[in-house]
Amino acid sequence: MKNILEMRNITKEFPGVKALDNVNFQVKEGEIHCLVGENGAGKSTLMKVLSGVYPHGNYDGDIVLNGEVQKFARINDSEKKGIAIIYQELALVPEMSVYENIFLGHEFHKKGIVNWHSTRVEAIKMLEKVNLSVHPSTKVIDLGVGVQQLIEIAKALSKDVKLLILDEPTASLNEDDSENLLKLLKDLKKEGVTSIMISHKLKEVIAIADTVTVLRDGKTICSLDASKGEVVEKDIIKYMVGREINDIFPKRENKKFGDVLLEVKDWSAFDKNLGRHVVKNVNFNIREGEIVGIAGLMGAGRTEFAHSIFGNMKEYGLTGEIFIKGKPVKHNHPSDAIKNGLAYVSEDRKGDGLILIQDVKQNITLANLNKIAKRTVIDKHEEVIVAEGFRQSLNIKTPSIEQKVNNLSGGNQQKVAIGKWLFVEPNVLILDEPTRGIDVGAKYEIYTLMNELIAKGMSVIMISSELPEVLGMSDRVYVMAEGKLTGELPIEEATQEKIMEMATL
Amino acid sequence: MFKELRAALSENIRDYGMYIALAVIMVIFTVLTDGLFLTPRVLSDLIDMTGYIAVLSVGMTLVIVIRHIDLSVGYVAGFLGAISAILSFKLGWSIWVIIPATLALGAMIGMFWTGTLVARLKVPAFVATLAAMTIFRGLLIKVTNSETIFTGNEAFNAIGNGYIPDIAKVDGFHILTIIIGVLAVLAFVFMEIRNRKKLIQYKLRVSSMPMFIIKLAFVASVVMFFIFKLASFKGLSWTAIIVGVVVFIYNFITKNTTLGRHIYAVGGNPEAAELSGISVKFITYVVFASMGMLAALSGILFTARLQSATPTAGMGFELDAIAGAFVGGTSASGGVGKVTGSIIGALVMASLSKGMDLMNVGVSYQYIIRGLVLVVAVIFDVQTRNMKSKKA
Repeated sequence: MKNILEMRNITKEFPGVKALDNVNFQVKEGEIHCLVGENGAGKSTLMKVLSGVYPHGNYDGDIVLNGEVQKFARINDSEKKGIAIIYQELALVPEMSVYENIFLGHEFHKKGIVNWHSTRVEAIKMLEKVNLSVHPSTKVIDLGVGVQQLIEIAKALSKDVKLLILDEPTASLNEDDSENLLKLLKDLKKEGVTSIMISHKLKEVIAIADTVTVLRDGKTICSLDASKGEVVEKDIIKYMVGREINDIFPKRENKKFGDVLLEVKDWSAFDKNLGRHVVKNVNFNIREGEIVGIAGLMGAGRTEFAHSIFGNMKEYGLTGEIFIKGKPVKHNHPSDAIKNGLAYVSEDRKGDGLILIQDVKQNITLANLNKIAKRTVIDKHEEVIVAEGFRQSLNIKTPSIEQKVNNLSGGNQQKVAIGKWLFVEPNVLILDEPTRGIDVGAKYEIYTLMNELIAKGMSVIMISSELPEVLGMSDRVYVMAEGKLTGELPIEEATQEKIMEMATL
Repeated sequence: MFKELRAALSENIRDYGMYIALAVIMVIFTVLTDGLFLTPRVLSDLIDMTGYIAVLSVGMTLVIVIRHIDLSVGYVAGFLGAISAILSFKLGWSIWVIIPATLALGAMIGMFWTGTLVARLKVPAFVATLAAMTIFRGLLIKVTNSETIFTGNEAFNAIGNGYIPDIAKVDGFHILTIIIGVLAVLAFVFMEIRNRKKLIQYKLRVSSMPMFIIKLAFVASVVMFFIFKLASFKGLSWTAIIVGVVVFIYNFITKNTTLGRHIYAVGGNPEAAELSGISVKFITYVVFASMGMLAALSGILFTARLQSATPTAGMGFELDAIAGAFVGGTSASGGVGKVTGSIIGALVMASLSKGMDLMNVGVSYQYIIRGLVLVVAVIFDVQTRNMKSKKA
């Protein structure tokens, strides 16, 4: 069988990070090729290069499709060559009908006037191809995620797709829908459609893949051939995590744990918008002076767990109990959680962590303004003193505390976010991906700070996708997958392989 | 020193832009009208005709800061103005009762109508207030019975037309006005010096001493110039005093209180504010209640100015108030905007009207020119914002 696609020596750099480093990637015609790797391994970036999201010239290396070197300037170019990419976040227009969605952007028309009759007829043909029996006039908003996923595929097929790329297609599907989708991929394979599937679920990968390529830290690690019996779960995990841990973590002297500070029992969160549980029956506890890591892959429900116990309900229906020092508490709003000694440093600094258009001191004092106010009038002396204090103790590199946070580097923004939550003097500090997107030096400073905090009797919950960090810093590790706690390991027993196994159920 | 002046200007162009614009407009009109524009009578009238829009602009600033809009304020002002006229004429209440009662009613409209719809039921503010606009237009016609209602109360009318009493008249100057002006300037100088001392103490950046003195001298002379102009006529009007008090209070709240900080946090990033323990819902209620209250005040000022309530009062106020806020540097994307800026913005718009009136420019051209000025102001705002983020 010949290769439909070869990506040769692809290198893609972002400011400060090499996302792809000389990646080679070959896909044979008519196969199902799975691309696996940890978060940040470069899978999505590679697919974006392939589909023209990052245009030619924006990366180094060659894309060879059917023996020809391709220079895609935009997504349309790759679509014309028969490449279609389906993202995890579906790109359908919810208020439009199924048939309108399928032919959106390439309508049947004469001089701009749409021929709805042939659109409907063709749409029905496409729906048959994906074994879907919904009425084509149904609005997409009224359909489940699984069906929407199939409509995306129908849309791709209507463009005469040769190479179908799916980015974690089953991440938000239930078991039946997932099975359905995998079966469809096999059917399409018989019709000559080549698929590339990014997935975190190794069981699926093993069930469906002809070839598996493993990426790690932006490099191709290996390509495994199913027909030669190379696709084995243990090996895949080994290749995925097999990096040596050479990050250095600050040592911690004499660990001392107190009583259980926070305990969560049978905790579930039902997301009314998604129509499914994002957190399911989680039992969790943390003691004074302990760092507990929560490992897992993206979409495992870790951030949702943190938000829900922090009282940021959004559209969640919650069940279960929270105990602080043995007393049951209820958090209806983040302000309740803050009063009860919790603090949450968000994973998304820019999205819901900081107010970028305000300056350093305003951000630091925001969550506890009353502390520097007398009868609601802010003492601006006090504010400057507080902010200046954190600037020095956290080593925030900024020309002045009156600098807008927008203008700081990622690491310094993160320090501002941490400073803001230390100012509320919490007992339990939840750090969600505390070192994402920041440089090594700042990482080390944050690790050191965590150790200082627990030495004072604080507890730290660290949600992290970086296994070395989880293993290097935690006293105990919880692993989450699909909203459930799938494992709990004392640090002595935790290894990268064990954690990855629990995270990829 | 010129270098520093230029640097300071270009760095703070967003803050100074509208002051410069106002100065330019005033100079242009003064030249074009042979000095008529800067006569005491015209200035005094300019302030009074800005007053009822200016208070709306103050409230609108906060509404826009938290990323909403309020289209209903014009007819709410008209309606509450009519209510106050009825209370005065038909029931004969004293203004000391009418004013607080009307303000409370306004706050309740903002809280229970707009606040509930926007904060609780998640109706877009544009729609919720568009509906309120129509409703209060109807209510205004209903309560006035399509007739003009006179207030029939001297004290009431003085709010919009009267001047503060004088303690003594020297050389035709209104002494109390001058005293108030001097006190205001002294207070300003005192606050600036104290602020500068603090900044130096915390090692934060301050302008050089000569620059600082020039700034103080400049502001003081501009204020005293206008004060003397007014004092040579009838002195400060009650409208000017009321607007001054409103600006002072709102400026203080937005800059110095936890509530003010919470409002800007909600505007800057609602998700981050919520996660910081601030209730976005509560802030939304408060801001719309304040808007309703200021709409009531605007209604009272307008009714007093006309000495009567009319069935069409309030028409188009909301647009002037929104224009004032935008011209004054409030950002349409939320989180940014100063109360003082919006007052200047309202003054810019009013000066344009007044100046063109004096020049006998036709109404059609007046509307076109004011529209263009609004667009230019927003272009300026958007462009300078990009400039600032690039610099960093």
